[in-house]
Amino acid sequence: MIYFDNVSKLYNDRNSIAVQEVTFQVEPKEFVSIVGHSGAGKTTLLKMIIAEDKPTNGQVFFESVDVHRIPKSRLPKYRRKIGTVFQDFKLLPHKTAYENVAFAMEANGRSDSEISENVPQALALVDLEDKIWNFPHELSGGEKQRVAIARAIVNQPDIIIADEPTGNLDPIATYEVVQILRKINDLGTTVIMTTHNKGVIDEIDRRVITMDGGRVVRDDETGKYVL
Amino acid sequence: MITALRRITKAGFVGFWRNAYVSMASIFVLFIALFVIGVALFVNQLLSTSLDTLQSKVDINVYFVPDAPQEEIDRISDAVRALPDVSTVTYTSREDALAEYRERNKDDTISLQALEELDDNPLGANIAIQAKETSQYEYVARFLDEQQELEQPQVPVIDEINYARNKKSIDNLTAIIVATQKASLIVMAVLLLAAILITFNTIRLAIYTAREEISIMRLVGAGNMFIRGPFMLQGIMYGLIAGILTLAVFYPILVWLGPRTEALFEINLFNYYIVHFGEIFIVIVGIGVVLGLLSSTFAVARYLKV
Repeated sequence: MIYFDNVSKLYNDRNSIAVQEVTFQVEPKEFVSIVGHSGAGKTTLLKMIIAEDKPTNGQVFFESVDVHRIPKSRLPKYRRKIGTVFQDFKLLPHKTAYENVAFAMEANGRSDSEISENVPQALALVDLEDKIWNFPHELSGGEKQRVAIARAIVNQPDIIIADEPTGNLDPIATYEVVQILRKINDLGTTVIMTTHNKGVIDEIDRRVITMDGGRVVRDDETGKYVL
Repeated sequence: MITALRRITKAGFVGFWRNAYVSMASIFVLFIALFVIGVALFVNQLLSTSLDTLQSKVDINVYFVPDAPQEEIDRISDAVRALPDVSTVTYTSREDALAEYRERNKDDTISLQALEELDDNPLGANIAIQAKETSQYEYVARFLDEQQELEQPQVPVIDEINYARNKKSIDNLTAIIVATQKASLIVMAVLLLAAILITFNTIRLAIYTAREEISIMRLVGAGNMFIRGPFMLQGIMYGLIAGILTLAVFYPILVWLGPRTEALFEINLFNYYIVHFGEIFIVIVGIGVVLGLLSSTFAVARYLKV
């Protein structure tokens, strides 16, 4: 469902290489982890999937659509098909947990009845029923990340993209977030996640793509963290 | 569509309250800008009113000799009245002139006694001429001079034309007022520009703090209008509140200032404010709303790229 075709990305007037000749494919319902050192190009790959960054060479396909040929005016609509989770949570600070999740649905043009039904469900799925009216600054890191995951899944996207979702979390919160992502994957949503946490990779025990210096150096069917 | 509009409106109001501090700062800066605009408006009104008053006071008086024949007086009056540039000609007869003199000097017993000593009314008739434009007095004065030259020396009719005497002081005063008006316009324009730039930057700064939020909204797949809408609404609210605040602050100031401007400039600014409240409201609040809306629209536009 996601297909990278010989993708390269150069920054700073072509002097610094972020991603080099990357080709791989992600099938529906897969759980793919991308691992590598900082600067290996993991985040750049994810940014190219949500059309936040353009490849210098090559193409990125979402289903049969060339992501970087989508006109600007259609991008918001495209992005609604993808749920995103980031290391720094990226919650709206002046909105409560409920409003943060509801915002994704409002932006999607969902009806009020859908919102009032689905938002509590999504927050229940991440075990936050009792914190729905708290603002982000009143939540712990793990709770914030769970709100972000609830927001990512509430529109029932085809795919979840998680960029270092456990990067800022303690081991227990990390474990919880990984369990939630697995649960989401079990429910049928494709997940692509970057990480450099070996424990997380072992815990998930699924396909791992290893990157180094902008290139894909390994692509293992089951969890191995080799660097 | 209606749902989106309702959500944008709600987000605008909620954002306004939750960012109360930022909202207050923006409103305060906008208030100062609008206050400067209001002051400019009132000062300009004062100056142009006093210029008008001054110009309406300018006239040419022709004093006839006491024994000038009435038909000559009538002939000159009619000739002047027939000039295209003349708006009014007021005739004062000898008797009226005497009555006016008595009235004017009613506390001055010496002058009145001197008047009693005379057998005859020493005052001549006179006409007061007002031109349509100040610049046309020159032409009227020249016409009168020609009339005076045509007279036969043994039968004088016109005693004195006071134009030359008044001209210098009137010209000076007009020049001073026009210069003041120009200078005040320049000063106000500079202040206004500064006020607009400060407003613009304050709102831009307020939205700069929200740039992270804007990028998050984009990532979640919100459309541009859905992101921009609440900020635009907040800009409008800033302008509306600041405008009303400005008008409210002007009220007590003008209550105090009104009688004082009346004594000095012959216009009561408070009355002007009350009578023209509609226009002033539209100008001040309108500028506030437009300024707030444009500032926030431009500011958000910066973060909506990519």
